[in-house]
Amino acid sequence: MTLDEFIVAFAAEFNDTPAEMFKADTDYKALDEWNSLTALSVISMIDDEIGITITGADLRSCKSIEDLYSLVLAK
Amino acid sequence: MFNPFSLEGKCVLVTGASSGIGRGVAIQCSKMGAQIVISGRNVLRLNETLKLLSGERHQIICADLSNQEGLDSLIDQCPPIHGVVHCAGIPKICDVKHIKRDLLNEIANINEIAPILLTSGLLKKKKLQKGSSIIFIASISGICVSNVGESPYSATKGALSGFAKGAAFELAAQGTRVNTICPGLVPTDILKLSNELFSEQQLKDSTIGKYPLKRYGTVEDVANGVIYLLSDASSWVTGTNLIIDGGYTLN
Repeated sequence: MTLDEFIVAFAAEFNDTPAEMFKADTDYKALDEWNSLTALSVISMIDDEIGITITGADLRSCKSIEDLYSLVLAK
Repeated sequence: MFNPFSLEGKCVLVTGASSGIGRGVAIQCSKMGAQIVISGRNVLRLNETLKLLSGERHQIICADLSNQEGLDSLIDQCPPIHGVVHCAGIPKICDVKHIKRDLLNEIANINEIAPILLTSGLLKKKKLQKGSSIIFIASISGICVSNVGESPYSATKGALSGFAKGAAFELAAQGTRVNTICPGLVPTDILKLSNELFSEQQLKDSTIGKYPLKRYGTVEDVANGVIYLLSDASSWVTGTNLIIDGGYTLN
C-alpha cells in the first residue's frame, strides 16, 4: 500500500471530515472527529488492509498520517 | 456460628480458573469450605491457582473449551458437583463496521457457546446434583451498558443472560438454579490487554469517576456474589442478573 492509498483509506474511516482535509502531514489527533471510535476504526482498517496490528500507544506516538504510515511499514 | 453462606460439603467447578475472576472465585469459594474443581487451558497457571486454595481435595482438569473434544474431556472427568461457575471469557474490541465472521466466531465460541454447551453436557451426564447452582459471569456490558468497540463482547455477554433465563425456567423443576453475575469494570489481566488502546492514566481519569462508590471492583467483589449464589442463602433465587458494579449503572 502506497502512502497515497494509505491516506485515502485513513480518510475513509471518517464520516464528517471531508477527504480533502487528509494530507501526508495532517495532524490527525487535532481533527474534531478524532475520538476513541475513529481511533479504533483506524486500528481495524490497518489490521484489515495491511495485516499489521498497531496499538493506541502507536497512534498517540505519531503526529502526522505519514508518521503513522512509516510506523506501520516498520512493523 | 450461623452462616447461611457456607459452602461446606459442596463441590464446585470453576472454568477460566487460571487467572482473573476465575482464579479469585476459586480462592474465595475454597475459603468458604467448598471443594473446587479448577479448569483452564494452562496447567502451569492452574497449578499456581491450586496452591492458593484453602483446604484440600481440590483438583485440576486441564481442558480447552473452544472445541468439542476439550468440552467432552472436562465433562467426562468432572466429579459430581453442586455448582458450576462459568468464568472463562475473552475480550475483543472492534468497531461495528469492521466486524468479521472470524472475530464473531472466536468471541462467541469462548464467551457464549462453550459455557452453554458445558452446561448442557454436565446436565446430560448427570454431573450436577439435585439443587445445584449454575452461575455465568456475564457483564453489565450487554444487558445494561456498552461502549465504543464493545458491541461483539456485549452481544456474547447479553446472550448469557438470555440463556440463563431459559435454563432457569427449564431446570427449576429439578431444583437447579441458574443466575448470572454482571460485574462492572474489574481490572484483571484480560482487561489490561483489551484496554491497551488507551493509556492507563487516561483510562483511570475517564472511568473511575463513573463509579459512585469511588473505586474499581476487585475479583473478590465478584467472588462474594458467587458465594451467595452458590450457597443455600440464595436457594429461592433463580433467573436473575446480580449486578456488582460499584453503582456504575446508576449514572
